[in-house]
Amino acid sequence: MLRVIGKRILYLIPTLFGLSILLFIWVRSLPGGPAVAILGEKATPEAIARINELYGFDRPIFEQYFVWVGSLLQGNFGASVMSGRLVLEEFALRFPATLELAIAALIFAVGFGIPLGYWAARRHGKAADHFAVTASLIGITIPVFFLAFILKYVFAVQLGWLPSDGRQDPRIDATHPTGFYVLDGILTGEFDAAWDAILHLILPAIALGTIPLAIIVRITRASVLEVQNSDYVRTGRAKGISRGTIRNRFILRNSMLPVVTTVGLQTGLLISGAVLTEKVFAYPGVGQFMADAIFERDYAVLQGFIIFIAIGYALINLAVDVSYGFIDPRVRVS
Amino acid sequence: MLHTPKRRLLAGAAAIAVGAVVLTACASERGDGGDTGEASDVDSTFVFAASNDPAGLDPAFASDGETFRVSRQIFEGLVGVEPGTADPAPLLAESWEQSEDGLSYTFTLKEGVTFHDGTDFDAEAVCANFDRWYNWTGLAQSESLSYYYGSLFKGFADAPDAAVYESCTADDATHATVTLTQPFAGFIAALSLPAFSMQSPTALAEYEADSVGGTEESPTLSEYANAHPTGTGPFVFDSWEPGEQVTLQANEDYWGDQGQVQEIIFRTIGDPTARRQALESGSIDGYDLVAPADTAALEDAGYNVMQRDPFTILYLGMNQAVPELANPLVREAIAHAIDKEALVTQVLPEGTEVASQFIPPVVTGWNEDVTTYEYDPEKAKELLAEAGYPDGLTLMFNYPTNVSRPYMPNPEQIFTNLASQLEAVGITVTPAGNEWNPAYLDRIQGGADHGLHLLGWTGDYNDTDNFVGVFFGQESNEWGFDNPELFEALTAARGTADIEEQTAQYQAINEMIAEFNPGIPLAHPAPSLAFDSRVESYPASPVNDEVFNQIVLTE
Repeated sequence: MLRVIGKRILYLIPTLFGLSILLFIWVRSLPGGPAVAILGEKATPEAIARINELYGFDRPIFEQYFVWVGSLLQGNFGASVMSGRLVLEEFALRFPATLELAIAALIFAVGFGIPLGYWAARRHGKAADHFAVTASLIGITIPVFFLAFILKYVFAVQLGWLPSDGRQDPRIDATHPTGFYVLDGILTGEFDAAWDAILHLILPAIALGTIPLAIIVRITRASVLEVQNSDYVRTGRAKGISRGTIRNRFILRNSMLPVVTTVGLQTGLLISGAVLTEKVFAYPGVGQFMADAIFERDYAVLQGFIIFIAIGYALINLAVDVSYGFIDPRVRVS
Repeated sequence: MLHTPKRRLLAGAAAIAVGAVVLTACASERGDGGDTGEASDVDSTFVFAASNDPAGLDPAFASDGETFRVSRQIFEGLVGVEPGTADPAPLLAESWEQSEDGLSYTFTLKEGVTFHDGTDFDAEAVCANFDRWYNWTGLAQSESLSYYYGSLFKGFADAPDAAVYESCTADDATHATVTLTQPFAGFIAALSLPAFSMQSPTALAEYEADSVGGTEESPTLSEYANAHPTGTGPFVFDSWEPGEQVTLQANEDYWGDQGQVQEIIFRTIGDPTARRQALESGSIDGYDLVAPADTAALEDAGYNVMQRDPFTILYLGMNQAVPELANPLVREAIAHAIDKEALVTQVLPEGTEVASQFIPPVVTGWNEDVTTYEYDPEKAKELLAEAGYPDGLTLMFNYPTNVSRPYMPNPEQIFTNLASQLEAVGITVTPAGNEWNPAYLDRIQGGADHGLHLLGWTGDYNDTDNFVGVFFGQESNEWGFDNPELFEALTAARGTADIEEQTAQYQAINEMIAEFNPGIPLAHPAPSLAFDSRVESYPASPVNDEVFNQIVLTE
């Protein structure tokens, strides 16, 4: 198993290298440069030239690339032109927020998706099944920002049931040792702050988690349907094995393989998909910062964050592959 | 057959439903309750939505509105602004005297003022600040950091020939004399900018305020600018959570009136719709730059919508590099074809004034009797015929898309309105919309490929050169003309130390511009602010000089 993991990590190197080249070319091909974004509309051509020189944007693209990769390998992701702070620092500041949101969305998606999918499969062909299939189709097709906007408008602005923006009521004076607000509230005993952070997570988590939820429902349903009609389940039933054993050991466990893959892929998507949700809910995470970085052509931030996301994606994939081994021993052998 | 999972599922659903009800109850309790435990009948925490994080907490290294908004609470300058106007007024300096040659200014300082770190504000501190700016080197001199000092004082200690600043002497504890190398009529007004706020020399040194950036590629802010801003203002810095909020607390030792607000929270909410919704959902008390389309709805819903006195100008530029627009008759025809009143009432926010020249009426040199071009479509057609276009002509019309500026809240609507007015007199326009940044600005300012275009300006402080000098001070791609007489007049006016003499010069310049007619000043749009109904009054200022100790709250 360790060899498999080691190999997978080695595969990461050429993948990330290729990605870094594509990424660099893409980011540099965005229209315009960051100089106007930094200097504002009062910028004179001379001032723009000076900024380009200062940040090295006037050098040949190959040179810029090698300088960037060189500093990347030394752990230097450069500084954000928007804030003047180091990209790593900015990332460290915002990542807990995004991770907390992604976890909340994942809990929502998995917590509802697997039971719903299973439920639909077991009632195959009945009204409940049709309902689950139709609802999940709507869930998949609805754009994240639209759902976010509707949820916010109805439940925060009109009804006032839940907060409309941010991670915490600004008036709450809480301490944040880890940056994960719910956890912080529990660790420091400020349960009021933890509860407030949970309230702030509900709407964005639903918005962000709806597409993964719908996908998980469909995959789970399809997988359970396939497994429950398979020969070994029929044989098991014929042999008189108890229903509980068939359900848990035969059907549930064996149908989870594609579901785990899906959940893994969706987790990566949650982090990158947070861009729109965070923007709508003014949620101060990586996603919102990315969106701003695109508008401001903050190269260092864009490049740094995408590399981070790529590494995250690769690690999640690795975790998914490893988990296969536990779910299905045949994978381990092959 | 499926009893157990079904029951579990139902139990789960029930738990969620109960949870939702509890959440609802808690959320509404929070909304209604506020700080019920406190004895005070007013919630003294004021939450304002900013569109961006401050660029840093050291205003000397800043030039953007959001940084200045925070700075104005923490810092004060020698010179402030007369409330509700753009005119300079005493602040930390009670008065000042100018020497006969116009080059030296002696400031008499307010007594008994201390910085937030407990050190005295005195003449030594004033000189320490001036000397700090003058002695910046390397990266600190770059436009992205010290834009205002660089552009107004022209040079630093390592290039003294160009510098406007010469020296500062502390005559005694309460008198400081600043000497300039050349006349600078805007000197006093410029000092009202937060970039020239007085900061504690002790704190500046202790937290190494000037150590910006390790390398040129990765400039980083100093420890001072990240966490230790130390001024004399009514609020002291508490915390900054980047991307989230800046928190300030009342300065208990403030020399002036502390006011009701004891805590300010600047929440960062980038999206304008999200800002409006944050106000509607009660998570903030107010925000700036309300979209014109939202003002009426917010007012109807009981929110306090306020307009700043306009300190802006929106104009229709005419690029004379285009042969048709180089013809004065065509430019005059266009001027007669535009119905500014209709534009203002149809697409610009409430409080907007029609413009007759390129500066707002409160700015020095505004000329009552400037030449104007009445709305007269018939005359416009005649002028076009006279210019050799009896059947009309076609012109490119550039405008920005997906952007809202204080002076141009809705460029697409302004474009549509003007385009139909022009078409009514036979001028066909070819629409050319570009994203604001950088495509639009690059196109207008970086080359000759544009015709009619929309642009404008918000003044930084009361300085005429900050408007007309910026627009017409030299040859530029935007306007495409060479008018040495105008350029020289502007240079002379900028260098005049006597304000009365300067006023006359600028009045003449405004007439010169009106006759030359390089573009059409359209309007002075008024930026709007919106507040929760508990905000009884807010010190709205044309130049954004709004200090929150003057806010009056009712709940």
